[in-house]
Amino acid sequence: MPHDFKQLRLDRVSRRFANPSGAVHTAVDALSATIPRGEFVALLGPSGCGKSTVLNCIAGLLPLSDGAIWLDERRIDVLPPERRGFGMVFQNYALFPHMSVRANVGFGLRMRGTPAAEAARRVAKAFALVQLEGHEDKLPGQLSGGQQQRVAIARAIVIEPPLLLMDEPLSNLDAKLRLEMRGEIRRIHRELGRSTIYVTHDQDEAVSLADRIVVLQDGRVQQIATPQEVYAQPANIDVARFMGYRNVLDVKVEEARSTGVVVSGDGMWLTGVVKQTLAGARAYAAIRPEEITVGASGVNLIEGRIENVEYGGRDSLVDVRTASGLVLHARMPGKPAPGDTVQLTVPPERVLVYPHGSEP
Amino acid sequence: MNAAERVTRPALIDPAWLLVGPAVLFLLLLFVYPFLYGFALSFQPAEGDWFANYQKFFTDSRAWRTLITTFGLALPVTVINVGFALPIAFRLRRRTTYQRWITTLLVVPITLGTVLIADGMLTYFGPRGWLAQTLQLLHLYDGPIRLTHNYWGVLISLVISGFPFAFLLLLSYVTGIDPVLARAAATLGANRWNQFLHIYLPLLAPGLAITFCLVFVQAFSVFPSAVLVGAPSGSTRVISIAAYEAAFENYDYAMASTVAMIMGFAQLIVVAVVLALRRAFYRGPVSGGKG
Repeated sequence: MPHDFKQLRLDRVSRRFANPSGAVHTAVDALSATIPRGEFVALLGPSGCGKSTVLNCIAGLLPLSDGAIWLDERRIDVLPPERRGFGMVFQNYALFPHMSVRANVGFGLRMRGTPAAEAARRVAKAFALVQLEGHEDKLPGQLSGGQQQRVAIARAIVIEPPLLLMDEPLSNLDAKLRLEMRGEIRRIHRELGRSTIYVTHDQDEAVSLADRIVVLQDGRVQQIATPQEVYAQPANIDVARFMGYRNVLDVKVEEARSTGVVVSGDGMWLTGVVKQTLAGARAYAAIRPEEITVGASGVNLIEGRIENVEYGGRDSLVDVRTASGLVLHARMPGKPAPGDTVQLTVPPERVLVYPHGSEP
Repeated sequence: MNAAERVTRPALIDPAWLLVGPAVLFLLLLFVYPFLYGFALSFQPAEGDWFANYQKFFTDSRAWRTLITTFGLALPVTVINVGFALPIAFRLRRRTTYQRWITTLLVVPITLGTVLIADGMLTYFGPRGWLAQTLQLLHLYDGPIRLTHNYWGVLISLVISGFPFAFLLLLSYVTGIDPVLARAAATLGANRWNQFLHIYLPLLAPGLAITFCLVFVQAFSVFPSAVLVGAPSGSTRVISIAAYEAAFENYDYAMASTVAMIMGFAQLIVVAVVLALRRAFYRGPVSGGKG
């Protein structure tokens, strides 16, 4: 088992399922990506987008329908999971309930026939890495959710896998623990210096953890980019919507200038930037609530009445109804009073204009 | 007494307990009373002192040999049934159409009575049965085939009637084990055999013990097939036949009760040993964590 490697390459990986009705459903459609050693990649997408399927295909738990997976020059998609040697952390942890925590962590080494002394040393190291010393002789059922999560991680990393696969590992934890473990996972990734593929539907998690994000929808790659890019420059309207651009306006393209595009809709004229080649006169304008600011400026003036206020401590998420009846979501400092009239503005470079897709 | 106190105080008798009333009555009348009656009766021999029946059983070779004969049938039958049911149930643990068909097919014999099975066996396995005729027709084997009216006949009959039971029980235990555990083991380097050995088998051990006990008790109390397809006065003279003879041929109810008590005690020993072994294994939830 080569523990050192340069890159993992997914070459047009596809996976189709036959529905009980006989119809073929494509869960993953020709996904290609290269993951160099040391990188933390998040597979991000709504539930049912195929991200867990990709992970299971890489782990060898699901055969591919098409395509290939290469670890450097070695084709690995033909190998059974036990010969790929990737560590995997399952969503429900999948700890062996009948084995002590120590036996759980040592299982992978036992299967490899690692000499007892070396196995003990490596298990102890793994316990130290996930900070679980002192719990070695308990059964998994005696640990809390967060501790079980750490055992699952220790069990996966003790075999020193070239690739660590994580399937929504934090989704069963409470909000506080989730934040703590997020930091832990990032630290463990850094200390191991290997690659991690992390499946999540939570864009905050993906943005904060990953070096690179693969956004999936309906089994197709929408965008592969750094967190900053996915956050600020979504490749298409679906990614934008998923990344928190809650204001998606159906607009008419009025004028395309070199500096940007002017669109109109609901009695407003907005200047924005084109993110994807426009086709036809209709388009979508996507605006993030955080990027709407209070106060009048030269361009992109929006006037409306405050309707609903969701107070969040530092600021409030406010629903503003414009004269035409359109409701915009905006973040405003403090706690504005419902019923007040406000003037809002948004910088032109933060009005992202996309062509009309299949659905609004 | 204030209102809160009144609400929190539990009722003296939970009315739900009344629901077990009929079952308790049934148990008392049809199990506990006959058992105690038989137990007392076994110490009231027709002649001799109070222990005479037990003495008679263990000194009469025709009597105590039945105990060995019964063990000689029940233990191999149980091992065969559990031993075959385990891999088949394991193979069929995933829910598919294929699994449904096989399960139905394997379970059919459970709906047949022992008498019907015996009847079928006499037609099929008898000296001039279909099996013998087919083998002779194909010149595969020309010698005499003796698979009925002896030990093998009873063994086959007990396997036919006991296997579906063992299979169904084990299938429910196997399908209860979270398949993600085996997948986790696979990612850690365990091949199929190791997944079975280290994950499924330990988690199945309690279920195996229970299945073993139930199948054993069923086989140990064999009666109809020992008479119909066995040699009831020879190699398959099992303990229930001894009890039957005492009761309905010699009209010695006390002796029959004694035999029944010995039979029950022998079963109890095996069950106790197996359940004691079960304690050595993990017992608890068979899923891999929260969620």
